[in-house]
Amino acid sequence: MIRVVLPAPLRQLACVDGELALDVPAPVTQRTVLDAVEARYPMLKGTLRDHVTQRRRSLVRFFACEEDLSHEEPDAPLPEAVAAGKEPYLVVGAIAGG
Amino acid sequence: MSRVRVLVGTRKGAFILTADGKREKWNVSGPHFPGWEMYHIKGSPVDPNRLYASQSSSWFGQLVQRSDDGGATWNPVGNQFAYDGVPGTHQWYDGTPHPWEFKRVWHLEPSLTDPDTVYAGIEDAAFFRTTDGGTSWHELPGLRAHGSGPHWTPGAGGMCLHTIILDPTNPERMYIAISAAGAFRTDDGGKSWKAINQGLRSNHIPDPTAEVGHCVHHVAMHKSKPNTLFMQKHWDVMRSDDAGDKWHEVSGNLPTDFGFVIDVHAHEPETIYVVPITSDAHHFVMDGKLRVYRSRTGGNEWEALSKGLPQENCYVNVLRDAMAVDSLDACGIYFGTTGGQVYCSSNAGDSWMPIVHDLPAVLSVEVQTLP
Repeated sequence: MIRVVLPAPLRQLACVDGELALDVPAPVTQRTVLDAVEARYPMLKGTLRDHVTQRRRSLVRFFACEEDLSHEEPDAPLPEAVAAGKEPYLVVGAIAGG
Repeated sequence: MSRVRVLVGTRKGAFILTADGKREKWNVSGPHFPGWEMYHIKGSPVDPNRLYASQSSSWFGQLVQRSDDGGATWNPVGNQFAYDGVPGTHQWYDGTPHPWEFKRVWHLEPSLTDPDTVYAGIEDAAFFRTTDGGTSWHELPGLRAHGSGPHWTPGAGGMCLHTIILDPTNPERMYIAISAAGAFRTDDGGKSWKAINQGLRSNHIPDPTAEVGHCVHHVAMHKSKPNTLFMQKHWDVMRSDDAGDKWHEVSGNLPTDFGFVIDVHAHEPETIYVVPITSDAHHFVMDGKLRVYRSRTGGNEWEALSKGLPQENCYVNVLRDAMAVDSLDACGIYFGTTGGQVYCSSNAGDSWMPIVHDLPAVLSVEVQTLP
């Protein structure tokens, strides 16, 4: 199971507490993880990625294993620790404003 | 006894204020969607328990929420606003072409006859409609196809379609307004649009009387006189008696004719309200005094209404969608401020009382009169 942590506003929107645990078919990439998130929680469509272009929203960041993956290719494999469910894939609202 | 339900959108959530017809004791519900910008919340005239809300955030984008029980519970509905076809370009601040990009929904206008049909005004300016209760949204592309579209430019707040008025006597006729393009009218249900800005004069554009380019802030209409429109422009309060074909100024004795809101009394189509704001550089009320101005003559002759409103050290603004009227026999007037106050007058403006005074900045106020 892939572990995904959403920021608080999106947990509230999706009516979930804590981490998500999702079955994600191989290969485990940012695209396949986010596809699985949106399939399970369709109300999140458009909040992480643009509906059409699938580009990351500019103030949403993706972290895992203490790395910022926001600028990685969406089809690049995620770290093995994420694919194995040992580490979570973190969706983070960027620090912005003052 | 009739009741009222006031729907308040703020920078950090939505609030629902309810009272009986006396409008003296209020129940405050909220924040709904705490932390989110709530640009507009409005109920269906056909089914008052059907509410639609525009919820947005710089981080997570646009959502549309729907309630079927008067705001007790909400569910997200469709939030995809895709421009029809190739979006094309409009003019950017520096004069260069800029692709149309969806940013947020400014205004939701439920149909007068069908609770599942709602019109949406968005930024970058376009006109959308749902006919399935918000599940899917589709652009009515005739507006952006108006020949002037590539020349529209954003105002300071963005290029937003912020005003939608449905003619109660003619389902094919609608009005919209865009900052900073101007006002437009359709007479064929949205297939084609006509710019209706003749008579407007805007000194901040190269041709002050151009067909488009005017920063219209808000437009209001009384349902019994659908050909008469009142407009608060960037500067100037305007009036049209021919469905927008021609406008003339009715600022009269206002201390300043800059402002954002304008509304019409529920039972007196010649009684109108504005809240003058100091200037385009000073977006707060004049002289530290919060005053609503009322004209009982359809403009030109204005009286200040200040009883119950702060008359010193007040420097708030009242934004374009933040005034509404109820339809009780003694017409109630409501407005919200950027300082987080929502005021009510249960006597057509003669006196005011705050319903709440410490909310986040108020973006919009709508009121429902319930049986």
